[in-house]
Order: sequence, then structure tokens, then C-alpha cells
Amino acid sequence: MTATAPVIDIRDVTRTYGQGPPALAEVTLSVRAGEALAVLGPSGSGKSTLLNLIAGLDRPNAGSVTVAGLRVDGLSEAGSARYRRATIGMVFQFFNLLDDLTVTDNVLLPAQLAGVHRAEARRRAAGLLEYLRIDRHAAAYPGRLSGGERQRVAVARALMNRPALLLADEPTGALDSASGEDVRELLTELNAEGQTIILVTHDLGLAESCATRTVELVDGRIVRDTTHATAVAR
Amino acid sequence: MSALARRKGALGRVVRAGVGRRRVQTAVMILTTLMSVTAAVLAAGLLVASRAPFDHAFAEQDGAHLTAQFDGAKVTASQLAATARASDVTAAAGPFPVLSVRPRTASDSGPLPAGVDLPPLTVVGRADAAGGVDRVSLVTGSWATRPGQIVVAYDEVPVEPGGRLTLPTAPGSPTLTVVGVARSVTGTADAWVTPEQAEALTTPGSPTAYEMLYRFRHAGTDAQVAADRAAITGAVPKGAMSGSHSYLAVRQQETANAMAFVPFLAAFGVLGLLLSVLVIAIVVSGAVGAATRRIGILKSLGFTPAQVVRAYVGQALIPAAVGCALGLGLGNLLAVPVLGEVGTAFGGPSASIPVWIDVVVPAAALALVAGAALVPALRAGRLRTVQAISVGRTPGAGRGHLARRLTGRLPLPRAVSLGLANPFARPARSATTAAAVAFGAATVTFGVGLALTLGAVQSGRMLDSAGSVVVETGGGGPPGAQAVHAGGEPDRPRADPAEIAAALGAQRGTSRFYGTAQAEVGASGIAGATTVVAYQGDASWAAPRMVSGSWLDGPGQAVVTTRFLKAAGIRVGDTVTLRERGRQTSVRIVGEAFFTQGEGMELLTGTSTLAALGLDAKPGQYNVETRPGTDPAHYLTALNAALDPVGAVALANTANTSDVIVTMNALIGMLTLMLVVVAGLGVLNTVVLDTRDRVHDLGVLKALGMGPRQTVTMVVTSVAGIGLLAGAAAVPAGVALHRYVTPLMGNAVGMTLPASDIAVYHAPQLAVLALGGLLIAVTGALLPAGWAARKDTATALRSE
Repeated sequence: MTATAPVIDIRDVTRTYGQGPPALAEVTLSVRAGEALAVLGPSGSGKSTLLNLIAGLDRPNAGSVTVAGLRVDGLSEAGSARYRRATIGMVFQFFNLLDDLTVTDNVLLPAQLAGVHRAEARRRAAGLLEYLRIDRHAAAYPGRLSGGERQRVAVARALMNRPALLLADEPTGALDSASGEDVRELLTELNAEGQTIILVTHDLGLAESCATRTVELVDGRIVRDTTHATAVAR
Repeated sequence: MSALARRKGALGRVVRAGVGRRRVQTAVMILTTLMSVTAAVLAAGLLVASRAPFDHAFAEQDGAHLTAQFDGAKVTASQLAATARASDVTAAAGPFPVLSVRPRTASDSGPLPAGVDLPPLTVVGRADAAGGVDRVSLVTGSWATRPGQIVVAYDEVPVEPGGRLTLPTAPGSPTLTVVGVARSVTGTADAWVTPEQAEALTTPGSPTAYEMLYRFRHAGTDAQVAADRAAITGAVPKGAMSGSHSYLAVRQQETANAMAFVPFLAAFGVLGLLLSVLVIAIVVSGAVGAATRRIGILKSLGFTPAQVVRAYVGQALIPAAVGCALGLGLGNLLAVPVLGEVGTAFGGPSASIPVWIDVVVPAAALALVAGAALVPALRAGRLRTVQAISVGRTPGAGRGHLARRLTGRLPLPRAVSLGLANPFARPARSATTAAAVAFGAATVTFGVGLALTLGAVQSGRMLDSAGSVVVETGGGGPPGAQAVHAGGEPDRPRADPAEIAAALGAQRGTSRFYGTAQAEVGASGIAGATTVVAYQGDASWAAPRMVSGSWLDGPGQAVVTTRFLKAAGIRVGDTVTLRERGRQTSVRIVGEAFFTQGEGMELLTGTSTLAALGLDAKPGQYNVETRPGTDPAHYLTALNAALDPVGAVALANTANTSDVIVTMNALIGMLTLMLVVVAGLGVLNTVVLDTRDRVHDLGVLKALGMGPRQTVTMVVTSVAGIGLLAGAAAVPAGVALHRYVTPLMGNAVGMTLPASDIAVYHAPQLAVLALGGLLIAVTGALLPAGWAARKDTATALRSE
């Protein structure tokens, strides 16, 4: 795959729940490797549905979702799990760390589930914790960390299997402004190093500062698709 | 509608909604109460109902607590009459002259043609059926009022009124007319004649034997009856009492089959009730834990703590009531075949479970259920409204960190190590899971042990089950019997034992063999005729399993069952005198064995004993064991060719199965299965609760790439360790329960089970049984594991 090849290719995707209006309606979207795409929109606009479809957590009623060359809309449960292990790293608003595992054990999880060799997994985890400046908390439990630190742990965990795509769902939504800034810088830094990021957020500031491109969803449709000047510069 | 009615309506809706929402838990509660009530109703019902017909008939007839026979040569009638004043005697009847006769049918009667020799009968000379003791009830016809008439006992002699019986061995070989059929509740005689007729039947010069019937003030236990018997014995010259039997032994014999069910049914009932309490406590506790927010909402809407408590107790009581009703029906239904024959034996209606048991058992079960549900329900009632609403669900315990850390370092797949650590996060719930598994595993161990014991009893209960081939030597009647032979054509003479032995010895494939002859004679201490099975040759390889003492190894020895010893009031080492037509011989009891052939009242001895009594000692049957690898069909063909000139025939020895044991096995299988299913459902229930509590973590793990197989592995592993440990711990409990219950089953039928029939567990079986807990746990966890694997990740991530 070249640097500019689309890592995500969504075509005419519609997702409807029950008899209600479509959460996504005939959405077509292409994301190139190295992009940091922010998905904006009000509540119920289809942002989380779009993220779930890309993560293989949900399936469209129509259309196709291809990520890193793999059609993910038709994968089995096991296939989806393998896909997430290999291709996706996820960061959530409320961190979703397992409270009864230490920071290291949380970070190790994706590698362990993927069957990565023990020593290699530990080496990677140590490297990530150091890179994200949370290595001093390696043996701590998440409950003892600040929000920003927990989100850094979540990012470390998301990057553990060196995913082609980092999905972040409101990563600063549960953080105070200082911690939010911390996470913003981290995402910007990661993208600057070539990590493709899909960022779902309400936070326009976050989108503008760390995204290279913004799409806005309203009622399940893309109403705006903007490439930022800062991104061009970057 | 009043405010009160509206509140009640609201409470009812909440209860119904709770029951409907938790279908798995509701099904578990129904099944567990169904199983426990079924077993408890059966156990209590059989205990009471199987004895009721006897007790009713005994009370109605003022049955004899003790029937005693005396040697007229050693005691006079007036001395016997004086025993009515012995200590503790409240009423007495007799002395009645008593003698043993061998009747032969002199006319066609019912199924019997004329000329059939019948087994010996104990005939009592009694002027009327009334009196203060043993008021004999006439089933049909009338009482004997003059010589030449005889009344026969119901079910003992298959001759109807109008039929005639000749007594060839009595002086003058008189022929008596049957005028009635009567029933004595304790079987004080096989037939009755007038006292004058009894005197006439006695061989001139020989002393008259007497029978006395007693009722005592205290006769509730074997010990009390034995003390009363001792008082009577002390009131007459030494050795005058030649035999006696207690009404307790008769009752035990009459109710033995039903009573044998009681110990194991009681054990299953107790296990079931304990499991019910456990499962219901788990379910209600889980329901409260999972519905904290719901409880908060109910309270914020105006539900009082008492109403919340009633709502949760009600959610347990509704399925429990359904289970009780179903268990009641099933228990009564299963009791029908077991109790079927008990009532009719005493002329009453067929016995059934008493109504009070149908009321008390379910009421007790419901009280236990309510008690089990009350504790978590009270917790729900005490929850503070604001806290309940804000917390949403019971917060996850902060336990198990160390376990997670340690298991995480094990060289195991992460799904496995995560699963292994799960039980430590909620120790109380894990303990209940372990308890449910332990109950199930203990039940399986107990049930398997019972089946093995019953299998051993089944294989050893008949005396002629040894060897794969039997040789019948002719002589009429059933194989080996000589007491009964059909009239009409003369019987084929019994084949020469020497010729048969030679033919068997010469036959290729014969390993070993022995012969048996049978006869019915009088035995001291035993009322009525005793069947003697006499062995010729070395039968030690086919001997019944011994309880104590040793097998026959010389002349003048005998082996009997515990029931025989109790009935005769003797022990191993004592002597029994056998009588036949004026001849008598003594045999020493050298061993106590277990067998149920002939109600366990047969006496096993050598053929020399029959010869000493002047009886035909030629074996009527040979049991033959063939060498390993011998073709049975070929062997039989060749042996029959050799035996044909001798006048004997060889047949395959086919298994004889006991319907009672088959019924027991079926019942044990059903109850074991039900308990195991309930235990499995208990596990399922806790795993469902646990999985629901962890649904968010599950979503996170799946989002991180945990596949369906890994999810199933994690959930199953979370109970596998518990299952393994609980199973291993439960096996000794099951073995102990089996060791406790099986002797009680033997005691219930008046038998002592051989140690080998009780020690049925061996190391390989125990190892497999120990894995039973693992199997129950894993099976119980599979369904929720599948649910967890299928659970939509996005939805799980949104869960609180």
C-alpha cells in the first residue's frame, strides 16, 4: 500500500435500526493512510455508527466497508475479531480499561489475544509506556491514575498491535481541559508519525488541532468534508 | 378500586414481570423444587404409606405381637395358659394345637388339578376366628366348625372353598373339605381346623405342639419384643419354646420392597431441598444484585421496603409453587407402582401417599424457599433509594487483583488466564457455584454407587445364577424342587447324580459344577415350612456373598441370611433343628449370607442334611461353569447329546432380574439426572449473572480482538477450576453418603448387605467421578458462554 492509498473505503453504506430513520444513509467516504479524520456532528447524527462499521462491530444494511484492503462488512464474528486484533486500535471516551488489571496487563491484552510471543509483547508494551510517558505507572491499577493518564494507557493499548488504523471515540470527552490538551497533543504527535486516525468528537477544537480532515454528519449523511490548512502544511 | 387494591395490583405486576423476565432462573427454581418435592413426597409417603395397610389391619385384628410355638413334650397346656400372666402381656390366645402337614389336592380347585402335592402347611387347631388376639378375618366361606373341615390362609394355599385336601402323612390319611379362606395379619397359620381335628391329625404317641399368641404393653421395637419374648421363655420350662416370630419381622417382610426405597429417596430429598435453598438464594440474590436500579425506581415510585421484600420473595415463591405442584403429582405417580401391592396384601385398598404428606412436604418446601429468598430480599428492601438509582448496579468488587496478576503470568493463553482469575473477583458467588457443583458431583457419586450396589445385589440375590449352564435332572416341578409335583402322569425319575457328574466331567469345556436339591421342612424358630437348598459338590465358587462367618465346608453346617437369623432369634454359631415327618437333624449356622431368593428365608446346607431327614438328596439341578472361550451353543448341543441317555437336559442359565431393583435403578437414574440438571442450571445461573455483570468488560475485550472461541474459553474456564475442585471435594461426600445409606437400605428389608456390595468404588471410578464436577460446571457454563460470544460488542460497550 502506498502512502496515499485509501486505508478506508466506504461505499454507499446505509445502516438502519428497526423501523426508524437510517443512522447512516448512502454514505461514501475514503480515508488515505496517514490522514487524521475527525468525524463531527450532533448526537444521533451517525458518528458512532460509522465508527462501529469501520471497527467491524456492526454491519451495514447496504453498501460496503473496506479497511486496509479487507471487506469488513461481511466478516464472521471470529473474522471480525481477527480483523480488530490486526488492523484496528480503539480509544474510548471512558477509557474502557479493565480495572482489575494493571496498566501493563491492560496494554498487553491485544497482543496476548493475538498470540504475540510473550517476550515480544512485553518489549512492545514497555516501549509504548515509555513513549507515552506512563511507564512509572506500569504496575498500577487504572483506578489510581488521572483521566489523562488513563487515556494514555488506552492509547498504548490501542497501539499495541501496531494497527493500521486508530479509532478514537470522543477521546477527550471525559477529561478535564488539561488532560484533554494532553491527549490532543498525543494524537497530533501520533498522526505526525504516520498513524492513520479516525476521531469521532463533539470537540471542534480537538478536530481543528489534530485532524487533517473533517467530515460532518447530519442525520446520517455527510454534509461537509473539509481538508484543513494545517494538515496541508503538516 | 381502593388504594390498597391498586398497590397490590402494582406489586403483583412487578412480581409477574420479574418472573417473566428471568426465564432461565424461573425454570431453574421450578426444576429444583420439582425434584426435591418429588423425592421428599416419595420418601415420606413410602415410609408412612407402605406401613399403613399393615398397621391398619394389625390394629383392626388385634394382631399378635408375638406368635410362639412350644414343644408339648416339655410344657403342658396349663403352663402355657399361665404365660398370659407373664410380665408385659396384655392379652393372649391359645394354647392352640399346631402341626405340620403335607396336603395333596383331592379335587380340582381353581388352577390346581387333583393329585398335586402342596408344600407343608402349619395347621392350627382353633375353635373360632374371634378372640382378644389375632381375630382372623374370613375372606370367603366360613370357619371350620367340625372335623373334616379346614380353612386355608389367603395367598398361601390356592384352593377355594369346596375343594378337598388329602393329608397322606397324617394318621388315616384323612381328606378335609376347604370351607373358608381367611387372613391372619401376622400369618399365625397356613390353615386352621377345629381343635378336635388337630388332635386327630397328630401322630399317636407323639407330643402335641402348641401355638400361643401374645399382645404386649410395650412392643414398638425389636428390643421390646425380644424382652417380652424372654419373659415368656422364662415362664415355661427351658427349651419349651421351639420357635417364635415377631409382628415387626412380618411387617418388615411385608413392606420390605417399599421400605427399601425410603433411605435413598430420603437422601435425594434432603440433597434436593438443600440444592433448592442454595439455587433459590443464588437466583434471588442475583436478581437483587442485577436490579439495584430497578429497586431504586420502585422505591422512588412509592414502594415500601416491605413491598420490595414481598416482590422478591414472591418472584421465588411463584416458580417454587409450580415446582411443588408438579413434584407432588410426579411423587404420587411414581409411588403407585411401588405401593401397588402393599395394600391389597392385607385386604385393604391399594396404598397411596397420605394427604397430610401431600400438604406438609410442599408447605415445608415453600417455607424453605421463602426463607432462602428472604435474606437477599431483605437486602433489597434495605437499599437506600438514592444510592440504588445512582449506583445502577452492584459495583464490581475490588477483589481478585492478586489472582489476575498471578494467572496473567502463567504460560497460558490469555483467555484461559483471564477465566481462571474470574472466580476470585466474586468469592461469595464462586462459593455458591462451587456448592452447586459439589451437590451435583456428590449426587452423581452417590447415584453411581447406588447403581453399582444394586447391580451387585441383582447379580448375587439368586442362588442359581452361577454358571452359564444349568442341567435339570427331571423329577417334576420346578428345577431342583421336590416338594411339589403335578399329579396325573407319573414324574420322570430323577437322573442318577453319578452319571450326570460323569457326563459333565467328560464334556470338553466344563470348568466346574455343583448340584442342588431342594426340600421344604420344619425349622426350629421359624413358623411354617422352610425351604432347604442342599448343595452337592464344591459350590464355594458360586456361593452367595457372605456377610459374616464362612461358606459350607462340611456336613451338618448351614448358611442363612440376616433375615432368617432375626426371624429365628439366633446368631452365627447357633444350631437349628430341622424336622420332617418325625425325623429331625441339627445343623450349625456357620455363615450369614446375602440373597433374596425365597424372601431370604431359605436355609443352605449340604445334601447330607436331606439324607439325614430321610429325604431324596439327589440334585434336581446342576450349575455348570464353562472354560473361558467355550462356545455356549456348541457346548450345550454336545452336553445335551451326552445327557440325553441319562435323562437330564442342559439349558443356558438366563439372568433373572428383580422388578424392584429395576424400578429402584430407574428412580435413582431419574433423581440423579434431575439433581445434576439442577446443579448444572445453578452453575448456568451464576455464570449468566456473572456474564451480565461483566458484559461491559466483555465488550472491551471483544473490541480489543477477543474472538468467539476465546470468549467461550474464558467463560468456561471461569468455572472449570471451581468445577474441578468442587468435584474432587464432593466425591468423598458422595462416597460417605453411599456408605451411610446402603446399609440402611439393607436394614429396611431385614438384610445385611455384604461389605463387597457396599465397597463398590474403585480408584479409576473415583477419578472419573471427580471429573464429574468439571463436566457439570463446563456444561452449565456453555450456554452463557455462547451467549457471551454472540453478544453484540457495540451494545456490550454501551452497557453500564
